[in-house]
Amino acid sequence: MRSIRAAAVGAVTLSLALAATACGGGTSTGGSDDSPKTLTYWASNQGASVAVDKKVLQPELDKFEKQTGIKVKLEVVPWSDLLNRILTATTSGQGPDVLNIGNTWSASLQATGALLPWDQQNFAKIGGRDRFVEAALGSTGVQGKDPAAVPLYSMAYALYYNKKIFADAGISKPPATWDELIADGRKIKARGKSVLGAEGANLSENIHHVFVFAKQHGADFFAADGKPDFTSPKVVEAVKSYVDLMAKDKVIPPGDAEYAQNQSVSDFAKGKQAMLLWQSAAANLKSQGMSEDAYGIAPVPVRSGTPGQGSQVNSMVAGINIAVFKNTHNLDGARKFVKFMTSDAEQKILNTAYSTVPPVASAQQDPAFGAPDTAVLKNTLATSAAALPQVPSESQFETTVGTAVKELFADAAAGRAVTTDSVKAKLEKAQQQMPAA
Amino acid sequence: MTTTALKEPVRETSPGAARAPRRRPGRIRRLSLPYLLLLPALLLELLVHLVPMAIGIVMSFKELTQFYIRDWGTAPWSGLDNYRVSVDFDAPVGKALLQSFGVTVGFTLLSVALCWLIGTAAAVFMQDTFRGRGLLRALFLVPYALPVYTAVITWVFMFQHDNGLVNHVLHDQLHLTGEPSFWLIGDNSFYALLTVSVWKGWPFAFLIVTAGLQNIPRELYEAAALDGAGTWQQIRRITLPSLRPVNQVLVLVLFLWTFNDFNTPFVLFGRAAPEAADLISVHIYQASFVTWNFGTGSAMSVLLLLFLLVVTGGYLLLTSRGRRTSDA
Repeated sequence: MRSIRAAAVGAVTLSLALAATACGGGTSTGGSDDSPKTLTYWASNQGASVAVDKKVLQPELDKFEKQTGIKVKLEVVPWSDLLNRILTATTSGQGPDVLNIGNTWSASLQATGALLPWDQQNFAKIGGRDRFVEAALGSTGVQGKDPAAVPLYSMAYALYYNKKIFADAGISKPPATWDELIADGRKIKARGKSVLGAEGANLSENIHHVFVFAKQHGADFFAADGKPDFTSPKVVEAVKSYVDLMAKDKVIPPGDAEYAQNQSVSDFAKGKQAMLLWQSAAANLKSQGMSEDAYGIAPVPVRSGTPGQGSQVNSMVAGINIAVFKNTHNLDGARKFVKFMTSDAEQKILNTAYSTVPPVASAQQDPAFGAPDTAVLKNTLATSAAALPQVPSESQFETTVGTAVKELFADAAAGRAVTTDSVKAKLEKAQQQMPAA
Repeated sequence: MTTTALKEPVRETSPGAARAPRRRPGRIRRLSLPYLLLLPALLLELLVHLVPMAIGIVMSFKELTQFYIRDWGTAPWSGLDNYRVSVDFDAPVGKALLQSFGVTVGFTLLSVALCWLIGTAAAVFMQDTFRGRGLLRALFLVPYALPVYTAVITWVFMFQHDNGLVNHVLHDQLHLTGEPSFWLIGDNSFYALLTVSVWKGWPFAFLIVTAGLQNIPRELYEAAALDGAGTWQQIRRITLPSLRPVNQVLVLVLFLWTFNDFNTPFVLFGRAAPEAADLISVHIYQASFVTWNFGTGSAMSVLLLLFLLVVTGGYLLLTSRGRRTSDA
């Protein structure tokens, strides 16, 4: 009898406990200062691995704790998970206090309302808006709205080339236009090396490149009113000319069509491939054992002339922004942490470690960022980079158009013809998949 | 625990006077006890299965896009709009869903048939004892025992265009193809997916059929052999009919698992699967997570649920009726 009664009591207690947990979901909205002594920080994976990031960031977080008494719990989130993690946190309201976001997501995440808007007052707490470079601020949200995040690291695309392969092929200087690149390609192929790397199955990489190609053809993926416009003749031509690097000009090897895990960087680091279009690759190449003397760095080619604005754009404004989650329990500490991370001293340390460019004007002047590698990136950012469209549906654009380009590369790799019609058909499908809003 | 166990006999000897007046409530208590004990399981079932399902169904009637996910309550009701978009087969979203559905049905039928065939054949061959049987049985179960991610990522390496083992064997050594083929993009991806799925699924069929074979009395085979039945006839007249109830469940489970499989295509192809291998679970994931439209994604899931319910119900009805008539 005794044990049965105990079991019954246990059953009822368990049921009650279950019912209580089921009902007791946290529904906190808006920030507060409930726990002023701790912060949770989601960092994006900037180094060669998550472990490298922890090694870079932990000493800085310890410094912050010493200065303010606030303990920062660090989690480095890989890129493949970051956006999903942010979406889940947004949906549940349970997330970090401070987080890194890819700067192209700014407008999309801004639309969810999950991030603290950086109005005048918030900017004042971290030293003012004018500390940041204008180009970097252009990728922090929809124009005319308070930014959803603050620039943390800036990056730009550059052309990395293998000096030895170039010398062997008798090429004296890196190509400045696409025609030169294709002509050089013939000489490189004659030496049995592959010419140019690409990540054909990586949707974001595809987007970054076709965006620049569209700019160079004087076209935009979004009309001025923010509506998608993927099928205009110029956009079609731009996308086709990018895929043609594999399909027609044969400078990108067909095998790259299935690359999505930075295999093209490995190919370049191993000396199998002469050129690579990448953003801030120095740290990555070093970790793969390629010495700094082995490669040169030049601006990404344009159609003709020299890089600049308008149709001379040769890179997106790439970079990482730091944002405060609106549901934070330590609003004041979170702002202090952002101030710390964007301070001159930290900007120098972190951007050096990641071979990126500081988006903070005063830190950018530091001689540490005057090396030829960084100089090319800095120059590109300052004169010939453009921000990806800052519209709420940007992340959907990355997926739909990125997939279209991936499928076009697959066609090219299989030897199927890539024509204006086939490109237009894919882009039409991508546009129809975009949200109606 | 030990204290109650020790106290129990002491309580048993306590005066029985208190028992008589309590008889009636005691009966109620005895009657309600099973339900009381079931309660935690029931609540857990509610919490883990039914509540999320109900929420999913509610979501399918809402316009749950990126503008509302932070506070679901504010998402406007959209009535049947999400369903209308999903089944409008002239528009791109519906057309893509239909195409994905077709691919999934074809893939599932092929995969289940091959899994069943290979699994049953292997089980029948392993029925008679021979040296090394235990080792072979253990070896056969390895694909089933491996963690999905590890197994599938190994296949990804093998299917790679430039350095993959598959192309090395097919192209470099056997010279079967003029050009190295792509397996992870384009049309061949369907066969890559099918290969991995069958490789991963047949050991389960093997395991279940092996268990089923243990229940067939040896005398039946002996009697059949005396009557002059060959091996093939024994399989057809004894083994397969005896396995019928096992197969009924096995095929259904394989069908549901394969139809809903998410891990294999996701690890093989990432978030944008090639059209030829665009299974419906990944398709729905992309429709909801990647384009941030959870309402439409939920509507598609509900449609999928309805389809699977109909298929399962119809299957059970048909196979059970068939069995009853054959038994009679």
